[in-house]
Amino acid sequence: MIVQVRELAYRYGEAEALRGLSFEVPEGQVFGLVGPDGAGKTTLLKLIAGILPVQTGELLVLGENVGQTQVLVRQAIGYIPQRFSLYRDLTVEENVEFTARLYPLKPDFARRQQELLEMVDLARFRKRLADQLSGGMKQKLALLCALIHEPSLLLMDEPTTGVDPVSRREFWTLVFELQRTGLTVVASTPYMDEAEQFDRVALIHQGKFVRMGTTGEIRASLPGHVLEVECDKPFQARGVLQGYEVELFGDRIHVFMEKPSPEEVVERLKTGGIRTTRAELVPYSIEDVFLRVTA
Amino acid sequence: MKYAVDVKDLTRRFGDFVAVDKVSFQIAAGSIFGFLGPNGAGKSTVIRMLLGILPVSDGEGTVLGRDIRTQADAIRSQVGYMAQKFSLYEDLTVWENLQFFAGIFLVKDPGRLEHLLELLRLKDYRKTLAVALPGGIRQRLAFAVALVHDPEIVFLDEPTGAVDPALRRYFWEIIVDLSQSGKTVMVTTHYMDEVERCDQICFIYGGRLIAQGSPSELKREHVSGHIYQFEPTARLEALHALARLPDVRNPFPAGSAVRFQSEASLADLQPRVQSYLKTPLAQVRPTLEDVFISLVGAKK
Repeated sequence: MIVQVRELAYRYGEAEALRGLSFEVPEGQVFGLVGPDGAGKTTLLKLIAGILPVQTGELLVLGENVGQTQVLVRQAIGYIPQRFSLYRDLTVEENVEFTARLYPLKPDFARRQQELLEMVDLARFRKRLADQLSGGMKQKLALLCALIHEPSLLLMDEPTTGVDPVSRREFWTLVFELQRTGLTVVASTPYMDEAEQFDRVALIHQGKFVRMGTTGEIRASLPGHVLEVECDKPFQARGVLQGYEVELFGDRIHVFMEKPSPEEVVERLKTGGIRTTRAELVPYSIEDVFLRVTA
Repeated sequence: MKYAVDVKDLTRRFGDFVAVDKVSFQIAAGSIFGFLGPNGAGKSTVIRMLLGILPVSDGEGTVLGRDIRTQADAIRSQVGYMAQKFSLYEDLTVWENLQFFAGIFLVKDPGRLEHLLELLRLKDYRKTLAVALPGGIRQRLAFAVALVHDPEIVFLDEPTGAVDPALRRYFWEIIVDLSQSGKTVMVTTHYMDEVERCDQICFIYGGRLIAQGSPSELKREHVSGHIYQFEPTARLEALHALARLPDVRNPFPAGSAVRFQSEASLADLQPRVQSYLKTPLAQVRPTLEDVFISLVGAKK
């Protein structure tokens, strides 16, 4: 096990940020954290990174107590905080070299730097100031710097916030390629489509895990059904379907129902002047579960 | 006034670098205008020129009928702006931040601030220092501040970045309400599902406007061929295999599924992807995410 957590709790003064979390992350797994703003995702990541001290409960990283063993275990961790924290007035290359110097320098540093620069497609920009990189490139640089000392565990706090749809897919593809080399990852994200790609996901709400499992397990964790409807006036559908639980997904709507009765919904929409082009029972998405569990 | 924003050949150079290159568009008063593009395309630069924060290199434009080159001060008092980077006072509380901006904009009505606290669900954080707010809650405060003086037009630069799925939907209810009450909203976002709610969209890439239209127009005009999707047995392998098929474009992960574009028929593709299928290959309706990926994919 790379991460082992038992009954972990944390408070900021009076406020309880985490209220008794227990979980494990095995080697080579990508473990995701999702949850509402202020649910405790960042606090948990900071505890695992050894930035916050453990107050209550047990937290082991690579079998070691992060708070007590200091140096060795921290060298095995790479951490990308929520806010861009590299030096904006240093170039790509200078940032990498500066970060590398914080750790014992390995003899093959030059080769690793070159490999990583090519992998994240920043070799062309090695002389560019970090401040002049686009959002997607900044995050790739943050990834590179977090990996330069060859950690076994990578922690990332919403690494793709503000990153465009194509760049964030490129970012995660990189991470999944790294996973194949044995890297273990714990990451938070506000994008539920990203969460569906993780090996396991924990949904945090008010400092507690209210769901944890594979995407399949989380989808199956709610009773009832989801009816996905494509229609000509999706934004008016909620008004027409009063009494139902309805959520908007782009230009589609999801209607949550105890018993599957698509005909009833289609008929109601029709009476309200909305023409349905497709109505199909679909599995819960992680976003559906999120919306229902945290409501 | 028909157009809240009307720009022609708007250009901004930084030295030799052309960040915004002859961009022209209009935003109808009372509409929701989506401004899309990859990171670094020039979206924020355009917004900053419209606000009069950044001088225009070339071209012309008006915001609320006033010239962005000569009447920036008059524009600023009537527009709300939520910047991409948190730009409030970290050492002031939520309430103090609101009061400070109310002072700048000479907002006299104390009920306005209470209303905004309520609207953005910030009541529990009234006395919290801005620096201590989690990401999504800072966004709520920034949104509230942008609305302090009840502006005619609001520029929202990635308002829902770091905001959770439930609150994103709520932000959009507020945006739609603003539009229905006659206000104009210009918004950038990386969540393509949100863009469906825009009346009009402009897409910029490398500083140039490369597509514009309503959500349905963009889906009709900028997605060629069909969109297919399936749940893969192994994601990376499936994506690599798809990338090798000559008649498949832009394979990408979409949640737990894999999605791609192709001119080929379902029957033709089926046997070629068979070994990667966990669920049947299905042809699906394009979304604005497909539009984004097509537009960027065609440029790369």
